[in-house]
Amino acid sequence: MTPGGSVSPPGVVVVTGVSRYLGAHVAARLAADPRIDRVIGVDVPELAPEVGGLLDRVERVRVDAGAVGGLLADLDVDTVVHLALASAPDPQHGDRAAMKEQNVIGTMQLLAACQRAPRLRKLVVRSSTAAYGASFRDPAVFTEETEPREVPRGGFGRDILDIEGYVRGFRRRRPDVTATVLRFAPFIGSTADTTLTRYFSLPVVPTIFGRDARLQFLHFDDALEVLHRSVVEDHSGTYNVAGPGVLALSQAIRRAGRVAVPVLEPGLSGAVALARAMGYGRYGLDQVDLFVHGRVVDISRLEREYAFTPRSTAAAFDDFIRAHHGRALLTRDRLAAAEQLVLDGIRQVRAAARERS
Amino acid sequence: MTGPGEQRDGTRRDGGFAVPPPVSSSAAAEPAAQNGHHPAVADQPGDDWDRRIASGLAFLRRRLAGDYEVDEFGFDPELTQAVFHPLLRRLYQDWFRTEVSGLEHVPADGAGLVVGNHSGTVALDALILSTALHHEHPARRFLRLLGADLVFRMPVVSEVARKTGGTVACNPDAERLLRGGELVGVFPEGFKGVGKLYAERYKLQRFGRGGFVSAALRTGTPIIPVAIVGGEEIYPMLADIKPLARLLKLPYFPVTPTFPWLGPLGMVPLPSKWLIQFCPPIPTAHLTDSADDPLVVFNLADQVRETIQQTLHELLERRPDPFGP
Repeated sequence: MTPGGSVSPPGVVVVTGVSRYLGAHVAARLAADPRIDRVIGVDVPELAPEVGGLLDRVERVRVDAGAVGGLLADLDVDTVVHLALASAPDPQHGDRAAMKEQNVIGTMQLLAACQRAPRLRKLVVRSSTAAYGASFRDPAVFTEETEPREVPRGGFGRDILDIEGYVRGFRRRRPDVTATVLRFAPFIGSTADTTLTRYFSLPVVPTIFGRDARLQFLHFDDALEVLHRSVVEDHSGTYNVAGPGVLALSQAIRRAGRVAVPVLEPGLSGAVALARAMGYGRYGLDQVDLFVHGRVVDISRLEREYAFTPRSTAAAFDDFIRAHHGRALLTRDRLAAAEQLVLDGIRQVRAAARERS
Repeated sequence: MTGPGEQRDGTRRDGGFAVPPPVSSSAAAEPAAQNGHHPAVADQPGDDWDRRIASGLAFLRRRLAGDYEVDEFGFDPELTQAVFHPLLRRLYQDWFRTEVSGLEHVPADGAGLVVGNHSGTVALDALILSTALHHEHPARRFLRLLGADLVFRMPVVSEVARKTGGTVACNPDAERLLRGGELVGVFPEGFKGVGKLYAERYKLQRFGRGGFVSAALRTGTPIIPVAIVGGEEIYPMLADIKPLARLLKLPYFPVTPTFPWLGPLGMVPLPSKWLIQFCPPIPTAHLTDSADDPLVVFNLADQVRETIQQTLHELLERRPDPFGP
């Protein structure tokens, strides 16, 4: 494929998960693209929109995932963008069972509908770098070909493996459809509100004792850009999407001006389970695994095929800090001032000692 | 992530990260200039202590603010250079009195695969080898060590290993480092070498499946054999309590003259005399197509093994007394 891909804007696009932050922004962005005729947002009825105003130009349909089949055929849909994924159980919308229902069963039903849709040309599926699992024997950097060595402990990681399995099956049965799987690193940005952004906004941040995971982030705007390009251009295959570069967890916490509190790993896993049982906290074993093993992916395939490089992990994180720095304890300015104070103090003492002698 | 051979921060160097010089007069003025403050006491040019304090404080501030770079493997060159290497250098110079020869065989820039013999119950030889390369080589090269996955299972140890440039011994990581022009260090004997009894000292063990050879072949990297003498005597292993090792899920449980009898004191390595010799590199660029040919891989691994074993014998003749000066 040529870099940048051939441009083939679709006529009718269906976007799932539009009551969520990512889905709403993608749908709004596609609706603003004059090359696309129609954008239809689909969501399950019980979900209340988190984002108002964005979806003015998007036609919205509330149907069960099982009823999407009729919709795809009736409206001559040629592109489906599947974004309806929950990365953590949402206390307002049910527990882990509801999350799995939405992620796994929802995807299965959607792909079954897609398989029967005669006019479908393109399928774009949101996945995650959690697809690589977490193992101590893992290579430091994952390419798209790396197979997971161990099934992850976290629910989201397992869902992602299931979802990618369904997409593989779909590819075999409908080789005529351009199927794009985007493995996103955790989103971060000035406005995005995710599990990780809430974590880094805590004044005192729990970490795992003796572990300093290597992390990568993806700026939310770059995620939109890659999704948009996936819809208007043809990019068949699986792609890692992450900001180049790496931040160690301790480094990220220091840059955010927070204070890390190391916790023993078995204790943290227990605490996570307890918090889950008591019904609050959206942190799960997915996060614990991420913070034990870290996760770094190779994005050279994305750069080659999309001719696009997301802003670096450090730049994306800086953007997040600028928007959230309000409660930081240790800012760079304060540290520099403290450094100057100590240095001046030592110099004065030494100068005084010299004068006396 | 960047493609092979380039570094996104633009500080791609030949043979080492461009770390700010440890002590420089500009370091003293740096925080003041950044902050718009003026020092209450005038800088005293030539005052060594003042500069040391200032650069130490600047280092602390950079660490606390997260103002440093780690690469995709977790390597933190600033921390390695400022903290780990100075500590290891004490061990390397004062305790083990290490002598290095054959450094001209290690390239000043570009990739190289350094293959050594493993010994010593605790794998200090890997750390001493990386100290030798950083301390004695004119290009002050960092050695990127490949470690067993046991190292990366252990908390704290795993992070020290990553921060000093290590990663899991697997072909994807080895090839990625070599394509990036790094100097990679590998010990193909693995635990068979580290955990052998003192009676078998300086007898090279089996070289596994030769995965290191295929990594070198696939990337066309020269293989530099290195013989390390001195490691075997630091914790002479008299016996291996296998049931206890199995219980603790360790590859072996050592009994040395001092461990476990003296408790934590038994962790102090005996002050043996160390000799390290790098051998002439074995070029592999012409064999890139045979990376999957088991015969070529086996022959090359054997050649490396023979070279190291011979060099070990030569070095041992030069060192009649293991604890000599």
